[in-house]
Amino acid sequence: MPDKNPLSSVNDFVVRFANVNGSGSASANEMFARAILRHGVPVSPRNIFPSNIQGLPTWYEVRVTEAGHLGARGGVDMMVAMNPQTWDKDVAGIEPGGYLFYDSTKPMPSTKFRDDITVIGVPLTAITNSTYTDPRQRQLFKNIIYLGSLSALLDMDPKLIEQLIGEQYKGKEKLLSSNVHALHLGRDWALQNLKCPIGLRVKKSDKVGDRIFIEGNSAAALGAVYGGATVCAWYPITPSSSVAEAFTAHCKKYRHDPETGKAKYAIVQGEDELASIGIVIGASWNGARAFTATSGPGISLMTEFIGLSYFAEIPAVIMNIQRAGPSTGMPTRTQQCDIIACAYASHGDTKHVLLFPEDPAEAFEFAAAAFDLAERLQTTIFLMLDLDIGMNHRLCRPLKWDDARQYDRGKIMTAEMLEEGRDFGRYLDVDGDGIPYRTYPGTHPTKGSYFTRGTSRDRYARYSEEGTVYADNMQRLVRKFETAQDLVPRPLQANAERPTKYGVIYFGSTSPAMDEAVGLLEARGHQLDRLRIRAFPFHSSVASFLAEHDFVYVVEQNRDSQLRQLIVNENGIDPVRLVPIVHYDGTPITARFIAKAIGDHQDHLKVTPLRKAVS
Amino acid sequence: MTYIAKPKFHHPGLKKNELGYTRRDYEGKISTLCAGCGHDSITASIIEACYELSIEPHRVAKISGIGCSSKTPDYFLGNSHGFNSVHGRMPSVLTGANLANRDLIYLGVSGDGDSASIGFGQFAHSIRRAVNMTYIVENNGVYGLTKGQFSATADRGSKSKKGVTNTDNAIDLVAIALQLGATFVARSFSGDKTQLVPLIAAAIRHKGASFIDVISPCIAFNNHAGSTKSFDYVREHNDAVNRLDVLVGRDPIAVDYAPGTVQVVEQHDGSKVALRKIDADYDPHDRLGAMTFLQKHAAKGQIVTGLLYVDPDAEDLHEHLNTVETPLNTLEADALCPGSAVLDKINASLR
Repeated sequence: MPDKNPLSSVNDFVVRFANVNGSGSASANEMFARAILRHGVPVSPRNIFPSNIQGLPTWYEVRVTEAGHLGARGGVDMMVAMNPQTWDKDVAGIEPGGYLFYDSTKPMPSTKFRDDITVIGVPLTAITNSTYTDPRQRQLFKNIIYLGSLSALLDMDPKLIEQLIGEQYKGKEKLLSSNVHALHLGRDWALQNLKCPIGLRVKKSDKVGDRIFIEGNSAAALGAVYGGATVCAWYPITPSSSVAEAFTAHCKKYRHDPETGKAKYAIVQGEDELASIGIVIGASWNGARAFTATSGPGISLMTEFIGLSYFAEIPAVIMNIQRAGPSTGMPTRTQQCDIIACAYASHGDTKHVLLFPEDPAEAFEFAAAAFDLAERLQTTIFLMLDLDIGMNHRLCRPLKWDDARQYDRGKIMTAEMLEEGRDFGRYLDVDGDGIPYRTYPGTHPTKGSYFTRGTSRDRYARYSEEGTVYADNMQRLVRKFETAQDLVPRPLQANAERPTKYGVIYFGSTSPAMDEAVGLLEARGHQLDRLRIRAFPFHSSVASFLAEHDFVYVVEQNRDSQLRQLIVNENGIDPVRLVPIVHYDGTPITARFIAKAIGDHQDHLKVTPLRKAVS
Repeated sequence: MTYIAKPKFHHPGLKKNELGYTRRDYEGKISTLCAGCGHDSITASIIEACYELSIEPHRVAKISGIGCSSKTPDYFLGNSHGFNSVHGRMPSVLTGANLANRDLIYLGVSGDGDSASIGFGQFAHSIRRAVNMTYIVENNGVYGLTKGQFSATADRGSKSKKGVTNTDNAIDLVAIALQLGATFVARSFSGDKTQLVPLIAAAIRHKGASFIDVISPCIAFNNHAGSTKSFDYVREHNDAVNRLDVLVGRDPIAVDYAPGTVQVVEQHDGSKVALRKIDADYDPHDRLGAMTFLQKHAAKGQIVTGLLYVDPDAEDLHEHLNTVETPLNTLEADALCPGSAVLDKINASLR
């Protein structure tokens, strides 16, 4: 009989819930994560869900991490196996010494278990059937009952869960009391029939601080509200739909005229992505702050208009919540795979501004900033989130806003300026920064009007196919892009404790896993300087970083190392010096993966004696 | 440079409208379309209608897609902002522009290739959303810029200039607009300025989605025997149900209308459309009747023109969305940003 050697850990383990889509488990699972937060212990939860409506498998993983690691860890210490369809895979995925929690109402053959894990059975169906008659109630309360059992097994404070239930069902006393009752049904059964607590435990701590727990999409939508977006046009697509839905909810709450009750916003669900970006461009041309939210397939459809935005110089904000492509790919799995598609979207010579937030707090800040940038630069700004940030709750610093902040509406030629006799040429580079002035329609009876078009024109917006005129315009667009380098968020550098010839570049949702991987790499004896890129065009410090290191790893979540391609393309660097570290199976990249990939490469370079390596 | 500016000088005695503008103030650049193009007649009608209505030229936003028709906004209202967007996508750009500033007048100019093929979806959805606009399709049944291919409005059995017979069924944009809920639907002929000018004026005055399909023969590729969009064919098969005047609180526009009964339709802004009925049985308030009427006449090879349907109580997209009266593009941070105190509360709710 193998020794189970059960895992023992306080505030540092991974619980995964395996459920059936549509079973109503999401609420209970999220409450589990929130309850641990209320203990003052950071958590990092992730939805892992298939692209279907109902009946197929879904998982929810909660990483309990007092150290505050917010990336995925990999591995499962405790599996709450509530889905018979995925049983074998779920059981197989448990770490040696881990725990299997299951509904023991019906006996299972011993072959369905493993000898090296601890099996915990609770007759959930029997308990619910003896308590509830309504089939839906039986289903929903079963989830709360297993939450109650887990609270006993993991030594959680039931009062904190009751507090959460109270907040969720505030004003709905009947639901509140029945949920609390279900919680205690499960908890009491576990306390009376099982050895509680087990080796995995939750202990109160103070590591959460004032951080907030929010999804990236919701934070980005809030950024759009604070950034002054008044027009939103969108077309539903996973994983971006919740951006528009959250924007709608936020606007309904915060954007009505108190006297008339009328809306200070307009939200249109377009007939497709083409219409959505068309509406955004029309609204922005007319001086409103407008945005759309989409994902890779939507970007594909929008590219013609994106080219128009670039060439006709019309502001637009696109929030791209990336998912695994190409084509329909894996619609509910995460990747960072639209970097090249967005950087050079549309035909002809184009370059677009990309922003890469690492978490919801930056998603909020960058979303608000995107509207300033779009109007300042008069072009499309891409906010590049991904499913991992967008659709998962993440702990992050509180959102902040400076009330003194005014919107940067960019270079607008007003009626007064025209009246003063200022020379208005729509595409004149007055200030040498490549950015021309524009006028809004309806500005002046006789001055300042112009024709916007995607065809070539001269500095005064007059149609022209003269080669020199075209080239002059294209060069100005390059100047404008260079100007953007100093307007977008700069990269953040963190150096290793000891001088090193090796660096790593990463961005976006890879950030928390990278932060954790540094510690693992140091344990293997590898020192790396880090540069987190936050925007394209690349700031000059990117080139400096490349020049200062012999090898630079580029960590990203796509097959073809797209950021690396972009860096090579834009900096003219020898590609050999940029080592791709790619992860693209649709799951979030983990610290373990990064540390192994970089560590193995470093070992190969023999920068550290292999005997020092720690697996 | 293919751009041709129109000389500024004009006769000092030109008649002025209520705002003191002459017709010349509503003109644009010199057209580069083929001599005799029907589109140029539509341009002249738009100029005339805007002059008659005493519209401030710069308060019009003129938006188009790509194609011969979409070039025409360059040829009228030279002091207005124009937007030549991308093929078939004028309606979405216009919708966005309208959402940003509800105070301007929106003229959408499109073609049959633009609206009935690549932009068929955008045409449909802008109509069903009730965007407050005047949507004019300059319909010649042919792709002129690419030299003579059939468009989706070409009638089945009609022939191209090269003698090829069209075997596809035609899309009737008027029928579609009626079905989609347009609240002002008309068809006219570019060669019938007497009918077209007041139709455009009434459409501009109408709040909601106004749609005018204007048969506009292509002089280069679709004006031959066998075409059902030629000048001769349209003149011979034109069956007008009414002529109209637009009254905006001053002298009615003088038009040469046929005798018949008169029906006055009061629009949301108080302006009145006086319909001089030619077909005494035709009711322009009956959407279903209009659809049936169209189909019956189409089966006989007749092109029904006039104001085919109007709902004087129409609402527009802004009313549907309940947006503020102040144009959204004028709202600044103090009106839009909830501020740090609210954000602190939001933060507190997320712990």
